[in-house]
Amino acid sequence: MTSPGHSCNIETKGLTKKFGGFTAVDGVDFCVNEGEIFGLLGPNGAGKSTIIRMLTTLSRPTSGTATVAGHDIVRDPHKVREMVGIVSEKMIMYDRLTPRENLRLFGRLYNVPRRALDDRIEELLTIVNMTKWADTQIGKFSTGMRQRINVVRSLVSKPRVVFMDEPTLGLDPQSTTEIRKLIQRLNRSDGLTIVLTTHIMNEADVLCGRIGLIDKGRIAAIGSPSELKGRITEKGRTIVDLDLFDPPPDAADRLSRAESVLSAAQTENRVKVMVSRENAFEEVLSAVRENGLRLRNASVSSPSLEDVFLHFTGRSMVDEVKDKVPMKGGHGPWRRSGSGRVR
Amino acid sequence: MKIAHLLKHSIWIAQKDLLEFSRNRMLLVMLIIFPLFMMVLTGYIFPTGSTLKDMPIALVNQDINDGVYGNESVALIVDLEEMGQRSGYFDFRTTGSESEARDLITKGRMSGAVIIGHNFTKDIGSGKQGPVTVLYDQSKPQISLQVMAALDSAISRTGTLKAASTVNRTIGLDKNASSALVTPFKVSNKGTVPGNPSYFQFLAPGIMMLLVMFSVMQGLPRAISHEKETGTFDGILAAPTSRFSIIMGKTLAQSVRGMTQGGIVLLLAIVLFGVTVNGPLWLVIGLLLLGIFSFIGVGITITSIASDEETAQMFMMLLQFPMMFLSGVFFPVEQMPWYMQYASKALPLTYAIQAMRKVIVLGAGVQDILTEVVILFGFGTVLLFVAIPLFKRAMSK
Repeated sequence: MTSPGHSCNIETKGLTKKFGGFTAVDGVDFCVNEGEIFGLLGPNGAGKSTIIRMLTTLSRPTSGTATVAGHDIVRDPHKVREMVGIVSEKMIMYDRLTPRENLRLFGRLYNVPRRALDDRIEELLTIVNMTKWADTQIGKFSTGMRQRINVVRSLVSKPRVVFMDEPTLGLDPQSTTEIRKLIQRLNRSDGLTIVLTTHIMNEADVLCGRIGLIDKGRIAAIGSPSELKGRITEKGRTIVDLDLFDPPPDAADRLSRAESVLSAAQTENRVKVMVSRENAFEEVLSAVRENGLRLRNASVSSPSLEDVFLHFTGRSMVDEVKDKVPMKGGHGPWRRSGSGRVR
Repeated sequence: MKIAHLLKHSIWIAQKDLLEFSRNRMLLVMLIIFPLFMMVLTGYIFPTGSTLKDMPIALVNQDINDGVYGNESVALIVDLEEMGQRSGYFDFRTTGSESEARDLITKGRMSGAVIIGHNFTKDIGSGKQGPVTVLYDQSKPQISLQVMAALDSAISRTGTLKAASTVNRTIGLDKNASSALVTPFKVSNKGTVPGNPSYFQFLAPGIMMLLVMFSVMQGLPRAISHEKETGTFDGILAAPTSRFSIIMGKTLAQSVRGMTQGGIVLLLAIVLFGVTVNGPLWLVIGLLLLGIFSFIGVGITITSIASDEETAQMFMMLLQFPMMFLSGVFFPVEQMPWYMQYASKALPLTYAIQAMRKVIVLGAGVQDILTEVVILFGFGTVLLFVAIPLFKRAMSK
């Protein structure tokens, strides 16, 4: 999936990590270009964090490797460490230390010269509006404040690449917006290459130039959000969202038999139906009626990243429990009516 | 250049750890409370020398002839009662019969009994030994041993005095000469250093060593597993810092903490419990450092084997418990049965405590503790060679 002609800042080659018999990351190949925000999107447990841990040299790949900023993560981990910053899901900071002391410790560990370090710390604290709190112990901070420090902490050494594992996890809406703006700003003004993981569709959609969809340790698809959405909406395909009243468990199956319906997927009382023509709304409604389903609400929507995820993995990201769609040859429900119906 | 970085990094990591520690008031207070607690508790619950005080002892005089007590038994009883009062060890209570005395011991009201036999006066008069039986309480072996020993010596001392006066009377030798005839040897007890043996003097070196060595053994795994759990360890591991700097920095911080702890124990012992250091102070400090060194490997090994704080805690318990009781912190190793003494000899803490005790109590110099020093150094070095590869492997999982 390496885009030819570009030189990749990060390139993974068959990156694999096994924990005992469990394969967390399974032969992942992708390329991240210099200066882009690349998102790894997938449900919890998909292997996103493990990929980040391997790329930041915290975990050694079972097989395969990757280069980060020109250095091999297996052969030359020390060089990689010098080049990258990490924003971990668990915040990397000491509560009994002040932001300044925290930043200073890590700056020193990255061998930043003293004078330059002091300036850098001042600069970073200014960016996140924390100069006022520079000498207060972090233990007294709110989660939002802590995350701001957590993010800038990864930047003390002026890394070329920063890996962020769920950078907005557990933040309130306001802090989430703040952190997202900060990420965009760092990317635009400093040309920083950022790889972030998220399980929030919207976040990937807003922030990332390109996205890698991850499911069960594999990359399901890679592309920009609009590209990915385009792949399922090509040829006038439209998505009809049905909200049904007390539907039978095979509602999606029944609906997918209608002529213009390409596929249907059910989550509790909602069924997403993809139709091949833009004007097939009426047809879906009659299919609902014919099958004796009772409609509460229906709407036509443009595909979201969630639909994309469903399309490529056959699984809904939000609804992992109800994952009992019959899979054949790796195809998901979206493909079912297209390639011969599955009964 | 590389080594300079290595050292700088470890110092910064150590500095960070100590800064965190110094801001944790609870931990600082514990640094004082814990040893104090231990000294007071162990200092007062374990037997310190003689614990005999006003022990109730039943006195049964069976030496009766025609309703009259024999004069020899009466004389012995007077002597014993006088001795009991003078020393404060015993409180003799006259009891009617042996069965009554046994009953009182069973009920726990008496700690023992002295029974003067039926023909006591008559036997002595006819050139035989007068029979005396001492009954003791088997439910309290430690106390009974002391009671028996004290009663034995009290009775035999009365006997000796009696013999001396008999010699004085019958042969006509003067008092001193007759004493010398009856007890030809004169024993006086002296220590090799001035002052009376005190239990705190015995206890302080042990507790000091124990706390210092344990603080490294516990502190290291705790410091690292805590950072692992909060996630900050990833930050250090993802930085271009050598694994060696990390472990060295952590060890350095724990050593400073351990030494502080040791200093506090020593100070408390001197100021509050009247302990005197008879050996050179630098040797005390040197031994503390050596003790820390010998336990670093253990700490790193636990850190590497245990993935989380709870497992680490379990491992430490497993190691600490036997060490606390087998290393002779609270009572001398020599009091243990032989097989336990062997077990004790396998523990490094035993040697550290032994050496520290020699220095503090007996005023020993380096040459007197060479064996212990070599053993501790050897143990520490061997364990480091085991621990460091383990740590490296554990860190790159």
